[in-house]
Amino acid sequence: MTEPDKVLLTLKVNDAVHEVAVEARRTLADTLRHDLELTGTHVACEHGVCGACTVLVDGDPARSCLMFAAQAEGSEIRTVESLAGDDGSLSDLQTAFSANHGLQCGFCTPGFLMLAEGFLAERPDADREEIREVVSSNLCRCTGYQTIVDSIQDCAERRRNAKEASA
Amino acid sequence: MTFGTATGDGERGAGFRVDGTWVGAPVTRKEDPRLLTGGARFVDDIHLPRMLHAAFVRSTVASGHVTSVDLSRVLEVPGVVAAFTAEDLDLGDITPRLDRPPEEYTETSMPILARDRVRFVGEPVAVVLAEDPYAAEDGIEAADVTYDVTPPVLSEEQALAPEANAVHEQAPGNVLLDVSMFASDGIDDVFAEAPCVVQVHTRTGRQNALPLETRGVVAGWDSRAEQLLVQTCTQVPHQVRTVLAGSLGMAESTVRVLVPDMGGGFGIKCVVGREEIAVAAASIRVRRPVKWIEDRKDALSASFLAREQRYDARAAFDETGRILGLDVDVLCDMGAYSCYPFTVGIEPLMASSEMPGVYRVPAYRVRGRAIATNKAPTAPYRGVSRPQHVMVMERLVERAARELGLDPLEVRRRNLITVFPYTGVNNVTYDPGSYLESLNLCERVIADEGWYETRRAAADQGRVLGIGYSCFNERTGYGSDAFAKRKMQAVPGFDISEIRMDTAGAVVVTTGTMSHGQSHETTMAQIVADKLGLPLDKVKIQQGDTDRVAYGWGSFASRSITIGGTAVALAAGNLGGKLLDLGAHLLETPRDNVELGDEGVRQRDDPARGLSYRDIADVAYLKSHLLPKETEPGLQASASFDGVGDGTFSNASHGVVVELHRDTGRVEILRYVCVEDCGVAINPQVVDGQARGGIAQGIAGALFEKVTYDENGEPSAASFLDYKVPTACEIPDVGMHHIETPCLFTDNGAKGAGEGGTIGAPAAVLNAVNDALRPTGVELNDTPITPQQVFDALTGALEVAP
Repeated sequence: MTEPDKVLLTLKVNDAVHEVAVEARRTLADTLRHDLELTGTHVACEHGVCGACTVLVDGDPARSCLMFAAQAEGSEIRTVESLAGDDGSLSDLQTAFSANHGLQCGFCTPGFLMLAEGFLAERPDADREEIREVVSSNLCRCTGYQTIVDSIQDCAERRRNAKEASA
Repeated sequence: MTFGTATGDGERGAGFRVDGTWVGAPVTRKEDPRLLTGGARFVDDIHLPRMLHAAFVRSTVASGHVTSVDLSRVLEVPGVVAAFTAEDLDLGDITPRLDRPPEEYTETSMPILARDRVRFVGEPVAVVLAEDPYAAEDGIEAADVTYDVTPPVLSEEQALAPEANAVHEQAPGNVLLDVSMFASDGIDDVFAEAPCVVQVHTRTGRQNALPLETRGVVAGWDSRAEQLLVQTCTQVPHQVRTVLAGSLGMAESTVRVLVPDMGGGFGIKCVVGREEIAVAAASIRVRRPVKWIEDRKDALSASFLAREQRYDARAAFDETGRILGLDVDVLCDMGAYSCYPFTVGIEPLMASSEMPGVYRVPAYRVRGRAIATNKAPTAPYRGVSRPQHVMVMERLVERAARELGLDPLEVRRRNLITVFPYTGVNNVTYDPGSYLESLNLCERVIADEGWYETRRAAADQGRVLGIGYSCFNERTGYGSDAFAKRKMQAVPGFDISEIRMDTAGAVVVTTGTMSHGQSHETTMAQIVADKLGLPLDKVKIQQGDTDRVAYGWGSFASRSITIGGTAVALAAGNLGGKLLDLGAHLLETPRDNVELGDEGVRQRDDPARGLSYRDIADVAYLKSHLLPKETEPGLQASASFDGVGDGTFSNASHGVVVELHRDTGRVEILRYVCVEDCGVAINPQVVDGQARGGIAQGIAGALFEKVTYDENGEPSAASFLDYKVPTACEIPDVGMHHIETPCLFTDNGAKGAGEGGTIGAPAAVLNAVNDALRPTGVELNDTPITPQQVFDALTGALEVAP
């Protein structure tokens, strides 16, 4: 057997441009975690069911364990590390998760945050049932999901209220 | 109860209670910021210089003799650095021990890597190390292992058959544990003379605890510390250290186990696994750090499993529905190996000891057995046996109600323990609880929400609704005396805490428990902050480091807040005593004239006169010449705590409304109500979270999850496509209600809260389904309940039990 060939990729992640040389078979999740050291994205099933590895690809939630890093070239990737402010202050979505106890062990949490981030951008008016349907995309073993739905609904309502107040 | 704001975080619940205590307030968690920002450090986030990655060559057969292991081609794979067999590493086995006679317990050992025999598909045979995990995976595919395959033992029937193959030579009948803990005199007469005897035969599916983070380890020799540093996600770091050091033949002082952030455990991580030991040994051989992260397939099929049990139970009742006797045979399929430190006794002994539960049972007989089969071994899983035996007990009560024509809730009420302390036929003394009160409240909530009318109206429309309840208690805060009754050779129980105050007046507190999602960094800080009059941000909890924590038993059996929480409270109290001594000396006032409060010591007769902790620490550390002659410098204290008597019992009642869908057999949960009593809730939001998460796992066991095998012992649910983990669409919102019966021996009245949700859910769901099926005459007893069974029941295709 010969050494696997590596490909040189240019990835745009959280507004920063990175050049990485990885094997063609390397997943986006592994590249983010182990080559770019953005370990906030987690891997829990590696077959696209649990959603712990969810990141935004051009604004849409995607399973980074089901994508090769090479497929992400030319796209804008966002990970959980992009959510907080530069000073470390939590975003409204992150704050809502903490206030509603929407996380326990926290392992699935980055996936739910990125799922919600992408979803609320597209559907800011989503009601609880729609949110529940979207939350069912990912697995959580700790919370029973209720407080994850609460968190996302709370964030959506606050955003709507803020928008109305400023209108 | 209302809440004030302590930290200026605004409206979002960061405050303390207006009565001035942190305990009881739903403060936001100290753990959250790092977990929400990607700043946490889980084991797979650790990267060390020159680190290699491990993958395991695993048995492809369920039962057989290993005839050859050829790793030569593995070493030719690009990126592979080394590969080791059992013979190469020469490690000691893991041998869990029970102090029981040979007729009750057969001791077996689990090798780190399989030697001459393999006992389940997925059993590790060799470990491959490579420069990256992809190459390690390539490497294991090049391994050539041959087996002399023997017929696998995959069921109770196969295990107990006279000609059965022995999974372990020393247990020819495949029974590893056979214990009759209780047999009341005259119980046969009780049953012979009873006006009503009901039976329940139940099988429960094998399950996976399924933390989202799989198991994993990074191990390597630390030359500077002259120690093997083992960073692993375990609920029991000290037990890992003991077994790992023993297996490698090292002194425990040369091993340090450090636990990073942990992505759940639920029991599967409270036993010592073989992979972390193999990886540690391999890292020493190659003199490089090695990481192993279990993949999901192995986590589902080759890790530790639980819950596959069979009950033959009968109960005798009088005409009024009072229980006269309980007679139970429980058999637990423990798979291929006994787990350390709990042994194969974990499930049968729990069921035997706790089965009578919340009811007054005058006569009791039980036989508990553990059998070995060619399946992945078992570990404790949230609730341990109680989700199953509570379901059986609740089914017996429901059956009796039907036989006697009584309301099943009324039958429960006539049997619930209401006078405490109560010493049961199982030789267990129950501390005060709210068994009757919680059931009454649960029924009232379901009634007030109109579900009985809804059920009636739905029936008129041809819909099929049912309402079910469960009533249970949960022993938490087991002390060493209570665990010693199990006769484990390693007896858990106590916890030790050490506390230090620094020069700035902030404290660091150790706990021997091990949070893996339960919020101990917050809840234990709440306890300590109240003891010392500190803000939460001046209390830091340290856990999961065998060099920092003298000894600990980790987190399991809902012991952390009861035992660990009391230990930190006592340690903080001891430090408070020192602060008072020193404060009184420096204030030149009598000791009984000072008290703690608001980050300092103040005079009782003149509260304006006082010293801040910073002032006192300044003397203790930087001006020690001012200390009284006999006083040592520094501000530190320690304490230990052990559970008292038989521990403390949390309790709850669950009420469930289900709809059965005629066209698909789907069981839809329309409403879930939980009335729980865990004594004083340190953080009500955390308690609710534990209950809701536990209920989700109980529903998973009742309706969805089952580990299955084909006839060769090949796991057939080794991905999330086949092992059906419920999502937000299957798990309902849970209405939470609380009753508070404080524990009398924990420092703050708290009882454990970790497992109750899981314990009560299967019984309540099953009872609700059977209530819905009432018109058909069908009663289901096994879990998970499948849509096919429900469909068949609704279409008359299922035989009605006589």
